[in-house]
Amino acid sequence: MSFLQLAHVSHHYFSKKGYTKALDDVSFSIREGEFIALLGPSGCGKSTILSIIAGIMEQTSGNVLLQDKPIRDSEMAIGYMLQQDYLFPWKTIIDNVLLGPKISKTLGNDSRKLANELLNEVGLPGVAENYPSSLSGGMRQRVALVRTLINDPKILLLDEPFSALDYQTKLKLEDLVAQLLKTYNKTTILVTHDIGEAIAMSDKIFIMDANPGTIAKTFEVPIELRNETPFFVRRHPKYQILFDKIWKELDTEENEPVTAKVVASSDDQEQ
Amino acid sequence: MTKNNDKQLFQEYKDTLKMEKKVVISWQLAILVGFIALWEISSRLYWIDPLIFSSPVQVFEVIISSISEGSMLLHLQITLFETIAGFLIGTIGGIIIATLLWSSKRFAKIMDPYLVILNAMPKVALGPILIVALGTGYISIITMGAIICVIITTLVVYSAFNEVDPNYEKVLISFGATRWQSFKEAIFPAAMPAMISTLKVNVGLSWVGVIVGEFLVAKNGLGYLIIYGFQVFDFSLVLSSLVLIAVFAAIMYKLVERLEGWLIKHST
Repeated sequence: MSFLQLAHVSHHYFSKKGYTKALDDVSFSIREGEFIALLGPSGCGKSTILSIIAGIMEQTSGNVLLQDKPIRDSEMAIGYMLQQDYLFPWKTIIDNVLLGPKISKTLGNDSRKLANELLNEVGLPGVAENYPSSLSGGMRQRVALVRTLINDPKILLLDEPFSALDYQTKLKLEDLVAQLLKTYNKTTILVTHDIGEAIAMSDKIFIMDANPGTIAKTFEVPIELRNETPFFVRRHPKYQILFDKIWKELDTEENEPVTAKVVASSDDQEQ
Repeated sequence: MTKNNDKQLFQEYKDTLKMEKKVVISWQLAILVGFIALWEISSRLYWIDPLIFSSPVQVFEVIISSISEGSMLLHLQITLFETIAGFLIGTIGGIIIATLLWSSKRFAKIMDPYLVILNAMPKVALGPILIVALGTGYISIITMGAIICVIITTLVVYSAFNEVDPNYEKVLISFGATRWQSFKEAIFPAAMPAMISTLKVNVGLSWVGVIVGEFLVAKNGLGYLIIYGFQVFDFSLVLSSLVLIAVFAAIMYKLVERLEGWLIKHST
């Protein structure tokens, strides 16, 4: 049974000069607890998909179903992590983490306790009263992860959350996130343009095509890789085989002719 | 050995900073003293007409005598009260209007041309209308002080609200925040620096509004003293009022600067 399902989702961006079709008839479904990656060139609509699932934007056509009900009717929390941490610089770490409970008016001693436990779990004990400016990039992204997890989201959306970090921090954080998500059995969608990261972290990889954004191909990650932590996946013999396959797929895609992205509005006037 | 050398270099660096500060302050004092001295000398030697330009000694005497008899304090109090009231009403009013504009994109679009016109219009030209409408008391003078800074505050704060990184709002929306919650948690605090910087501008503007208002109607206040001194040809009185305005405007500016430092420390 599918947990989250996208059925024929399309999305357009409109401007005065014309419109862009960002997504064209995108359909896929995810099982509960599954970790999938959306991989593709920039501008292929990966982030648009996340924004639609998160309810920040509404698709121009198609349906997004969570447990067979429209996602807009669902009360289930969705966690969204962005490329940058977007911690609020004027709030302390603990206040940043407790933002979700504050918004949903469930702030209490329980959530405070949970916040401190989660901060400990990601290796950040004793920073609660600090301000974000005193933390390094990796630490801040870990705080952002805690801020997302504290709401106990059923679906976690990760929009290139490691791309702004240095390589070492990124590898460490990948391990931490993968282990945490496995422990809490979260359904996760990761958007990335890093093939290695996609293989290392996910169960299934959707390769996306740009102009307009579509799902071009799906790769299943071998079971041996799924059970490893991201750091060790990269050393597994099967890793390179899958990497090469995906590389080839993305490479052929890149060589296809690029069609005009913005459809001029003058076409409409002629009709 | 190297450690001593490091310390020595640091000491030298601190010394150059101190030296620089000393030079700047001495020049500042030199300009002030030089200006006052030149003024006094030119007045005594009749290079300038002492009847019109007075002299520092006379200005000083006027200030001392009018303060000791109490009349100057009354005028000063009234003007300060009007300025602070105008400043507060204008600033807070501007922030409230900016919030209303932010709360509805359509309202903001509708109001846009009117704000442009109101901003472009010299507000002091409204003086006579204010007096007719609100009478010749404090109310119209305070309104003058407020009206002169309310529009610019609205525009600056509203654009600051719009320039807040939309990703902060995205984070909140993904938590299910309402628009008002987004405003409270992200937009308003993020626009704090811009609001604080309008405070400084508004101090100067509300002085302009109040003094012009007092020129027009008042029977009290420093602006009134300037006009009165002008009418009875007592330029020592005019200049001593000017000196007091300069001193108190500077004090108010410095206080707002302190407040700014405090607010920044406690809001970021």
